[in-house]
Amino acid sequence: MEPLLKATRVNEMFGGLKAVSNFNLHIDPGELVGLIGPNGAGKTTAFNLFTGVYQPTEGQIEFLGKSIVGLKPHQITQRGIARTFQNIRLFAELSVLDNVKIAFHFHVRYGLAEAVMRIGRYYSEEQRIENEAMKLLKIFKLDSLAEETAKNLPYGAQRRLEIARALAASPKLLLLDEPAAGMNPQETQELMDMIHWIRDQFGLTILLIEHDMSLVMGICERIYVLEYGEIIAQGTPAEIQHNPEVIRAYLGGEA
Amino acid sequence: MGELLQMKKYNSKSAMQKFDFLLLACSVVLFAAIQAGFSMDLIGSFWKLNIILICINIIMSASLNLINGYTGQFSLGHAGFMAVGAYVSVILTTNFGAPLIAGMVLGGACAAFLGCLIGLPTLRLNGDYLAIATLGLGEIIRIVIMNIEYVGGAAGFTGIPHLTTFPWVFVTMIVTLFFIKNFVNSTHGRACIAVRENEIAAAAMGINITRYKVMAFTIGAAFAGIGGALFAHCFYIINPSSFTFMQSFNFLIMVVMGGLGSLTGSIAGAFVVTALSAALASWPEFRMIIYALALIFLMFYRPQGLFGYVELTAYAPFNKLKFLNKEGGQK
Repeated sequence: MEPLLKATRVNEMFGGLKAVSNFNLHIDPGELVGLIGPNGAGKTTAFNLFTGVYQPTEGQIEFLGKSIVGLKPHQITQRGIARTFQNIRLFAELSVLDNVKIAFHFHVRYGLAEAVMRIGRYYSEEQRIENEAMKLLKIFKLDSLAEETAKNLPYGAQRRLEIARALAASPKLLLLDEPAAGMNPQETQELMDMIHWIRDQFGLTILLIEHDMSLVMGICERIYVLEYGEIIAQGTPAEIQHNPEVIRAYLGGEA
Repeated sequence: MGELLQMKKYNSKSAMQKFDFLLLACSVVLFAAIQAGFSMDLIGSFWKLNIILICINIIMSASLNLINGYTGQFSLGHAGFMAVGAYVSVILTTNFGAPLIAGMVLGGACAAFLGCLIGLPTLRLNGDYLAIATLGLGEIIRIVIMNIEYVGGAAGFTGIPHLTTFPWVFVTMIVTLFFIKNFVNSTHGRACIAVRENEIAAAAMGINITRYKVMAFTIGAAFAGIGGALFAHCFYIINPSSFTFMQSFNFLIMVVMGGLGSLTGSIAGAFVVTALSAALASWPEFRMIIYALALIFLMFYRPQGLFGYVELTAYAPFNKLKFLNKEGGQK
């Protein structure tokens, strides 16, 4: 099977610092993959490389068999990679509903003239987006908060809204950057169930960064471990838990 | 899906159309009232001119709000685009005897073209840098015009036919406001607002940031050009000193005072600033003091402006309008 996302020998230099080096990764369609590693290992940098925020200094990144190196972030999103952010980046002053509606942007089928004169497909498309957005909010139990300003939501709800918004872009690959950060154990458990459920429901492939080991080990089918910008191990959760390299990276010890 | 049918409709078609109809009806009533005031001589020529200026300033502040308030790009060159529209239109009407509408269309088109051309490189800049670039742009336009003999240079362009009438400005204002209202309530407007709120997140949602910045800038410039065309035909003469940096700043004050990202705010801001300066016309020495005091008080008590990011319709009395609420309130 052809991998959905494939990174080959990717290097990313920030001046003299090697943020990511000789990075190889592949994700098959339908997989739920985790990317873990100590702070500063380069996990978010890897996400930024996949989404076009950074361009790799060297190497190749392919999505659906085509190179995405050199594409702008919005072009990559339109090809089917959506993401959430480690430090939440909602449209803070807008309503919960508008946050999701914005993400339908490139699926909307009416032009500028139709929008300004409110003719043609304007009303039907607006109605369609609104229904779709409400459907997504319902899945994430946010429908009762649809008219609330995003910044007023509790932290856990903001994280859920970020995922709902990313799904509105109807991606094939969803990148989740620490989705459980700041959540209590019960919220984390709910989130795990939800991630599993949306993967099956939407036929998604998911790559997630997470520090919460119970979450990663609980739901990921395969895990990559990153340290100092290099992948030091990969495998199933059971393999990773017993990998001496990983234990050394996390707990220290004489190398 | 049964549960979907019970979903609350936030922006149903009929509610939107009813709301538009209500706005249109209000405008017609307002128009008729003011027009009646003119014909019955209840409103003198001084206030007649100022009402026309208020309408033009509403066009200017609403279009600037699209750039500064909705898209979050701090532009200080609005008077420059106004100047382009003004001069292009007077050349057409005065030298070629074209009707006002032709001047407005071509003036707006030229301003839009310039806005697009200049927006492409400058909109890569952020915040202060963009403000300085657009400020410089406005000044460049003014100085270029000042040095073109064909349009009278610094002395100004004279002999302009007095074509701007109240119906013209009022209708143009309504068209402008509807255009911008519909734009910001569409996916394109939402994209602009997303750019303002968070550029990185907007790009991650598939929004082409540069495209929407340039689009907002171009539309804003187009309406500034149209406003300029109307402004130019109010008097018999225009000269470059009407389009200085201070004029751009004036429009900015209207937008900020009314509230960034609020059309109702732009209307209120343009009204308050224009009416205030007209009312204080006889005491020019107090004008600037009161102006400054008003801004200081605003900064203390309502730093977000009169309506910051909120439309009048968000306030309680509007939500009580039964016929709008039957199928969900309007935003």
